This record gives sequence, structure tokens and C-alpha cells, in this order.
Amino acid sequence: MSASPSTTARPAAKGAGAPTAGGGRGSAKRRTPISRRGERLVGYTFMTPWIIGSLVFTVGPMLWSLYLSFTDYHLILGGDFIGLDNYRAMFDDPMFGRAVKVTLLYVLLAVPLKLIASLAVAMLLTQSRRGIGFYRAAFYMPSLIAMSVGIAIVWKALFAAGGPQDQFMSWFGWEGGGFIGNPSVSILMLVLLSVWTFGAPMVIFMAGLLQVPAELHEAAEVDGAGKWHRFVHITIPMLSPVIFFNVLMETVHAFQLFGPAFIIGGTAGGPAWSTLFYTVRIYALAFVDLRMGYASAWAWMLVLAVGVVTLIMFRAAKNLVYYAGEDNK
Amino acid sequence: MSVATEAPRVIARKRRTGADRAKSVAWHVALLAVLVVVLYPAFWVLTASVRETSDILTTISPIPTSITWENFASAFDGLAGIPLWRFFWNSFVIAALSVVGILASCSITAYALGRLEFPGRKAMFAVVIATLLLPGQVMLIPQYLIFAEMDVVNTIFPLVIGKFLGLDAFFVFMYVQFLRGIPRELDQAATIDGAGHFRIFFSIMLPLLRPAIVTSSIFTFIWSWNDFMGPLIYLHEIEKFPLPRLLQSYNNTEAVSNYGGMMAMTLLSLVPVVLFFLVFQKFLIKGIATSGVKG
Repeated sequence: MSASPSTTARPAAKGAGAPTAGGGRGSAKRRTPISRRGERLVGYTFMTPWIIGSLVFTVGPMLWSLYLSFTDYHLILGGDFIGLDNYRAMFDDPMFGRAVKVTLLYVLLAVPLKLIASLAVAMLLTQSRRGIGFYRAAFYMPSLIAMSVGIAIVWKALFAAGGPQDQFMSWFGWEGGGFIGNPSVSILMLVLLSVWTFGAPMVIFMAGLLQVPAELHEAAEVDGAGKWHRFVHITIPMLSPVIFFNVLMETVHAFQLFGPAFIIGGTAGGPAWSTLFYTVRIYALAFVDLRMGYASAWAWMLVLAVGVVTLIMFRAAKNLVYYAGEDNK
Repeated sequence: MSVATEAPRVIARKRRTGADRAKSVAWHVALLAVLVVVLYPAFWVLTASVRETSDILTTISPIPTSITWENFASAFDGLAGIPLWRFFWNSFVIAALSVVGILASCSITAYALGRLEFPGRKAMFAVVIATLLLPGQVMLIPQYLIFAEMDVVNTIFPLVIGKFLGLDAFFVFMYVQFLRGIPRELDQAATIDGAGHFRIFFSIMLPLLRPAIVTSSIFTFIWSWNDFMGPLIYLHEIEKFPLPRLLQSYNNTEAVSNYGGMMAMTLLSLVPVVLFFLVFQKFLIKGIATSGVKG
């Protein structure tokens, strides 16, 4: 409730200043309706904050970090240009291999599991039955809190030695203890945290499923197609743009997991580097060790990796994604 | 499910009710099972917050055997002599400024990108899309150096300035998508009536953008409330900590001896987000469905 008054008050407050400017420009415009020059002027005026912001805080920093990645810059000691040495050093750095392994393992486990869960539940929720609104809201809720420090702390407790997960699994003969102390399974804590947020892609899947024409299913049913056939040959192709969107966004985000990994594993990615996520290592290099040049090289490797994965996905999408009717991007 | 038979409707419907009811029960059972798993962590923390510290880590059942309110008393005491409400206030200030910033900047940026024609518009929109996918970590270090040079480290300036400059690509994109759904005839009619672009923006677009504005405000509030990396890098004095930083510090120091206090504090930190969600859930879900699918 508190947000809506402020949202309406804000434009009104701004509007109070605007009419003078709008009126002045309006009179000039009356002579040549939709004048190109006026539009340009307004366009650039409206874009000014973004242009300044992008140059100072986005584009500028990107170029700067690219430069830093070729130096051995240290926050206190300074540094010099060292060419490609940082990139060479990475491949001899045991931490690099560990961080890549942990991050890739997480992406490969968390993204498919989360999306399969979200599609399955979305299909259940697009049948016309009572209680859908309630289920949808309840399933969506974790997505809003999962990345908070609070939930990371809860997760630590749930997977502690003797905690709920340990006790539950010991009923089935599990002797591995709490996930948090066991390096061979500790990554699963974060995978499960990600699966817990299946509600966000689920909502997107639901919107997509509702747009699949019912006639297609009916026609196929008349022709004797079973449920599985209809799923594979109608639902999946019709839903493929939405699937592509979800896979892309979830993958890009999974590569950048930070908060929960930091709280659960610390900057060392404990136990035994088993939760040493790539971004956690970048943070430790840059803001604990203060080796900002080397950390920049790590960050650029991440950009390259995400860029390559994104490109591969867009390539694959050309053949795999079906756009009904015209090519709507 | 539609059975096309010549049989009278009444009979067809009667015959279906038995099987339908069984299916309906199975449907609810499946979803309730998912619900139990999804809500377990929430219930667990809810009951952990009223348990004795010694009791918390060793119980799987979400029902407490004994109830104590001491955990909340120690949670309200905060950390290092600074009361809990202070950390709530710090979080609130950052979140509120972020909401105002997003509102002011994203609406005008999106109007220019989605409605106006000027050289460079397409390139700028491409930059917005690219930053949607770009890992933010790559800009982190230079940004820190810039803010250090500006002497604003250890203030909330670095946490909110990007919001005022429309650098949150997700929201700019969401507003652009939303603007595309508003008929162009409205602008044309207004232009014929002599309205300039400022007039069109403030009197026609902003009121019509209301759903997008509400959705973006809620998301901004929640994300900024949860944000950890920003405060971790930029805020170093405990008096300035928002809740995530408080929880992290508490977890590293007090929690060893006072686990109950930690759980109560955790629960309290989640309350505003959950309340926000319960009040605005329709807006949120609609927002994510529309802005997501059109990508």
C-alpha cells in the first residue's frame, strides 16, 4: 500500500516543473507537427542521465577493467602493464580450475533441474481447477527471498550436521552427515536453493502455456495422439521461445551466483573449495587480496565464457526455437 | 478432455464426475506435496525463532517443543550496542531511494528508447540489452576505484546512483516493452492537439505506465532490500549497515553463542519482503509474466 501513493506523487511532482518546458516547446512545434529536430532534442534530453551514467559507470569501467587485466595493479602497491601475464597465470592457478569446476557443476545441475521442476509444475497449474492462484503465489514466494542473506543462513542450519537434512536422510541410511561439512555434496545445498526458486520461471512458463492454442491439442487428440506425443510435438515446439528465454536467463544468472555462496562457503569456498564459486573468487582476489589487476583478468574470462555460452545458445535457437506465424523476436 | 460423443450432455457429464474427482484429488495431492517442500524452510525458520538455542539445530520437526520469546528480545538488541531498528532504517533508506531513482530515470529513458526517433537510438537500446546479459562483476573493480576517487566509499551513494541514471537495464527494458503495448494513436492524437513530447510523456504516458511503475517499484524495493554484494563492498561502518550486512556480521560473531537470536533476526529481516509480496502478489506475477515472455 505504501508504494502506490509515492508512485503517483512522484510523476505529479515532476509534472509541476514540466509544463513550462513542455509549453515552450509545444508552441515551436505547432508550426511543424512532429518536427524531427524537436524529437531529437527531447530524445537526447531524456537520454542524458543514461548516457552520462553509461559512460561513467558502464562503458568506461568495462574498458578500464580490460586495461587493468593487462596490469598487475594492486590497490595499495599500484602496478604496471604486464601484457598477457595475468591470463597465463590463471591457467597455472589451482584456484582457477577449482572455481571453474564448481561454477560449471552448479550451472549444469541447477539450471536443468530448476527448469524441469518449473515446467512440470507450470503444466499442472495451467489446468483449469480451483486453488491455482494460491499455489502460484506460494510457489513464487521463495524466488523473492532466496538470494537474501537471511535465507542463506537458514540454509546453513537446514544442512548442518544433525540438522533437518541430515536427520531426514539418515532415515534412509545416509551416513554422509550434513551437506555443509561434506565437500563431495556441499554444492547440492546451492543447487537445491536454486531449485527452490523454480517459481519465477514457472510463472513465465504458465504465461507461455496459456498461449498454446487449445485447437492444436484437440485436433491431435482426435487423431489419436497420446499425452506424451502431444507434449513432445505440440507443447514443446509451441513453448520453445519461452523455454529458450528461460534457459538463457537462468544460465547467465547461474554463472554469477554470489550472495548465498559467499555466506555458505565464505571467501575460501569451504569445505575444501567445494563451494568456491567463480564470482566469490573474484571478490576475494579484488577486495581481500587487493590484486585488482589479476581479478580483472578473472572477470574478463567470465565475460568471455558467458558471451560464448550466450552465442552458442542463440545459434542453437535458430534451429530449435519455433516461432509461430511471423518471425517475432 | 473434450469428449465429442452423440450422447446427451447430462449423461456425459455424470459419467465424468467420478473420474474427474479422482483426477482432481491426485492434482491437489501432487501440488500439496510440492507445497510442503517449498514452505518447509519458511516454517522451519518461523519455529526456530521461538526455540531454545540448544534445541534449534537438532530438530527436524517444524513444531517447537518449548516456546521462548527471548530470541526476539536479543534480536531487537541488534549488534555492538546498535539496536535492530537502526539497521531496518538503513535498509529502508537505501530501498526507498532506489525506488525513487528507478521511477525517475527508467521512465524517461524508456520513453526516449521506445517512442522517440533520434540518431543512435538503436545502438543505445542494443547497449541496454547487452547489459542485461553482461556479468556485472566485470565493472565492479573500476566502479570501486571511481567511487574511491570521488571519496564516496562508505556512503550509500554508490548503491543508489546507478538507479538514478537508468542503468538498471532490466527495468528500462520492462518499461520499453510496456510502452510498446500502448497504442501510437494516442501520441498522434495528442500531437495533433498541439502537445509536445514533454506533455505527452507526463500527461499520457506516465499515467498509462502505472502498472509498470508499480511492478518496478516493488521489485526494486525487494531486490535492494536483499542486496548483499553492494553493501559488502561499499559499507564498512557498522552504523551504516543494512540488514544483509548485519546478518552476515551477526552470523560471524554472535550466532555461535546465540543461535536463537540469529534465527529471530533472520525471520524479522524477511518479514517486510513477505508482507510486500502478499499485498502486491498479483502485480508481481503479472509483471514477471509479461516482461519475461516478450523477451
